[in-house]
Amino acid sequence: MNQAVAGTLESGDIMVTIGPGEGLQVELQSSVAAQFGRQIKAVITDTLQGLGIKDAHVEAIDKGALDCTIRARVTAAAVRATGKDVWKD
Amino acid sequence: MMFVPGNNPGMMADAHIYGPDSIMLDLEDSVTMAEKDAARLLVHNALKSIDFGGTEMVVRINPLNTPYGKKDVEAVVKAGVQVIRMPKTETADEVRELEAEIIKVEKEIGREGETRIMAAIESALGIVNAYAIATASPRMMGIALGAEDYSANLKTNRTPGGAELLLAREQIVVAARAAGIACFDTVYSNLDDMETFRKEVELIKTLGFDGKSIINPRQIEVVNEVFTPTEKEINKARAVVAAIKEAQAKGSGVIAVNGKMVDRPVVLRAERTIALAVAAGVISEEEAL
Repeated sequence: MNQAVAGTLESGDIMVTIGPGEGLQVELQSSVAAQFGRQIKAVITDTLQGLGIKDAHVEAIDKGALDCTIRARVTAAAVRATGKDVWKD
Repeated sequence: MMFVPGNNPGMMADAHIYGPDSIMLDLEDSVTMAEKDAARLLVHNALKSIDFGGTEMVVRINPLNTPYGKKDVEAVVKAGVQVIRMPKTETADEVRELEAEIIKVEKEIGREGETRIMAAIESALGIVNAYAIATASPRMMGIALGAEDYSANLKTNRTPGGAELLLAREQIVVAARAAGIACFDTVYSNLDDMETFRKEVELIKTLGFDGKSIINPRQIEVVNEVFTPTEKEINKARAVVAAIKEAQAKGSGVIAVNGKMVDRPVVLRAERTIALAVAAGVISEEEAL
């Protein structure tokens, strides 16, 4: 696994950086971390587990992203980091 | 139909709040090549999760002859998109190629026949082939003009009066009507000139278009104002429909309303006025009867 980034720092988005790690470690920065931090982290780890990724270090900077945006950005970063595509060629 | 960049989650989540009739999430020109993969995932997840409140959802994919087009089709059909907008359509064969890709994905997920196609025509060749494109597949729901590429292809520029687009616009309306599908006009991109925008919307309504493509929520109000029939027009249309019903009950096909002869084309126009008034929400379906 290489290090890869997806997403932006614009409102409503989340910037996700994924790199090698042991187990799933998630570092989150979010202005709504106190209220939604646990849920955002759960969406990130669920998405990675759904892709079969068990070991990764994740840094996420959240700007109020919806769950579907978090899933999309985590998947995009994971695809870029692993080279495995989720769509057929 | 409001265009929304496919890699901007904030705009995508809010777009339906402004009340456009349809939203077109764009994977093509508004997304850089480096972000095509991320935008595709974003649009896929948004379509599956966000409640767009009944707004018709369209996705503009990349052309099938790029490395992105087929993956775009897979992503949006699997997410249940209602309409795929195909850019830069020039021939009926291109529509059939897209149809085959859609069928392949629909079979895989057991959702056959539900994804419809809108073709954007953006070149001289596309305009020449407009009717063939419009009738290329039973999935065709509409054709649309893409004026920037079309003007460049004609070796001219866009002007406020739109003289350079006249033939293309008329050809698209005629082809759509002959095929029995809808037609949509191109975008107007100067947001600071609402006066010229309004004139353009009035022009394309007169030409027979069903709607206008827009790039900003500020443009919605103008389009709705131009396309919504006035109270006077609605009352006149109702009088025509009521009179023809009465005449039909008496076995007569031609009648007069306020001293003017009313025949079938007048009735058809009156019915369209009432349908537009219902669609715009100025009268209810019960009132239209």
